[in-house]
Amino acid sequence: MKPVMGRRSRVLTYAVLVALALMTAFPVLYALSVSLMSQADFNAGAFLPSRPEPANYARAMESFPLLKYLANSVIMSLLVTVALLVTSSTAAFAFTFVAFRGRGIFFGLIIATMMIPWEATIIVNFQTVRDLDWLNTFAGLSVPSFATAFGIFLLRQSFLTLPQDLYDAARIDGCPRRRFFVTMVIPLSRPMLATLAVYGFLTTWNKYLWPLLVTSDDRVRTVQIGLKMMQGEEMTAWPVVMAAVVMAIVPTLVVLLFGVRSLQRGLMSGALKG
Amino acid sequence: MSGIGYLSPALVILGVFLFYPLLKTGYLSAFITDVRGRAVRLAGWENYLDVLTSSTFLPSLRLTFLFALMTVPSTIVIALLLAVMTNRRLRGITLFRTTYASTMAVSAAAAAVMFRALFHPSAGAFNTILGMLGLPEVGWLTDPSLALISVALTTVWMSLGFNFLVLLGGLQSIPDELYEAAMIDGAGSWRRLVHVTVPLLSPVLLFVGIVLVIDSFQSFGQIDILTQGGPAGSTNLIVYEIYQNAFTRNEVGFASAQAVVLFLIVLVLTALQFKISERKVHYQ
Repeated sequence: MKPVMGRRSRVLTYAVLVALALMTAFPVLYALSVSLMSQADFNAGAFLPSRPEPANYARAMESFPLLKYLANSVIMSLLVTVALLVTSSTAAFAFTFVAFRGRGIFFGLIIATMMIPWEATIIVNFQTVRDLDWLNTFAGLSVPSFATAFGIFLLRQSFLTLPQDLYDAARIDGCPRRRFFVTMVIPLSRPMLATLAVYGFLTTWNKYLWPLLVTSDDRVRTVQIGLKMMQGEEMTAWPVVMAAVVMAIVPTLVVLLFGVRSLQRGLMSGALKG
Repeated sequence: MSGIGYLSPALVILGVFLFYPLLKTGYLSAFITDVRGRAVRLAGWENYLDVLTSSTFLPSLRLTFLFALMTVPSTIVIALLLAVMTNRRLRGITLFRTTYASTMAVSAAAAAVMFRALFHPSAGAFNTILGMLGLPEVGWLTDPSLALISVALTTVWMSLGFNFLVLLGGLQSIPDELYEAAMIDGAGSWRRLVHVTVPLLSPVLLFVGIVLVIDSFQSFGQIDILTQGGPAGSTNLIVYEIYQNAFTRNEVGFASAQAVVLFLIVLVLTALQFKISERKVHYQ
């Protein structure tokens, strides 16, 4: 138990918490505010719109295929998230409940991939995707991210907490391994699967360099690249651009809002107790 | 299905998109390449010599270290402050925690566009605030001596959310009894922070520190949107340098040699991190 705080110190604590919250949220609040300003307000260096102009959002969607970009981001993020859940859970299952030759070596190999920075592989990955004719396709955008050592590691940690007896009993009852995996391991590990899903969705939605390299076409371009496209000209229509920024961050803010607890649990068990 | 069967989906992806490109990048780094990035003539160490003597690579590496120095300690200090402040039972604390964590939901691209508006020379909030304080306006992104600091500021903000969450998790695993004991001994809140929190949190702090250093070596999106490596190359960090050489100048062999150097640096940092987390397990 922490000491019971006096009234004064509690007020002080809240004051500091609010001040820190305002500082942390300032860029987002400012973006929200600018997204509702007129160009004249922005040019005058205003902090708040003199009269809210929600039309900026309509303008952002008219002048750029923003909804298409958002939809593309959703498709890419969902593809990667689902694939990550599949590849990570099957691999983690192999590492926890299936004995086979070379298991240790394979595990070491997969852990070793954590030492390879994705940025050091982009040159050849670009060539691979180009040679597969996957430029400007969702396959090119998403397939290279379909597996990560982190995901496998996270789920392995979670599967290891399931009692081995469960497996032995199921095997004695003649339950095939695959059924044990689908009907026991997966449902029992739902919390950690949720963590991986939140993590996978956030990181994929926010990807920048890879989509920049493999897309040059609005049909597959993601919203992050859309944000880059919206500026660049001499005169940037900042309120319109900010409306696009707000639309681009709402999905991940919502995911974070619901997933923050689950994310925190995963970060502790996966990343730190490694 | 056999063990390998369960393993194969992950194995195929990691093999094709991580192991293979790493080896191939090493291979390409020993060749002069054509426009399509195909090896045409064996170059031996030539690319590496070119990298070391090029006018851009060593400055870029130096800038990247400087950038890490600017971002890593400040991110840790601020994230720790946020974590210490919210590691208490108070009404509404979840709201504050979610707010502090929220920056991790903001992508590099979105953060960079927001900060471009904040940094805007005549209308941005930062110069407006300076003006209100009676200070002269500054060229946040146009002054070569300031641009890297501005990119660092953006990056610190971006990294706060994630590192706050990790540090908060670390704090929550420190047993309350230790604080009670310290309090009975008459330790004030500062002494409790220095003598209880920081030592017990040190493995987590080291983990966070190394992950942040690795992150700073991989920074790209915020630079591409804020400065494109400029002005005068003052924000040309290593991944941006590699990107330019590989994809705008089409010097794939040369860029591959730089990518190999990046890999080696990250390798050393990651190995260091494994050693540290290993020690942490024994220590618990």
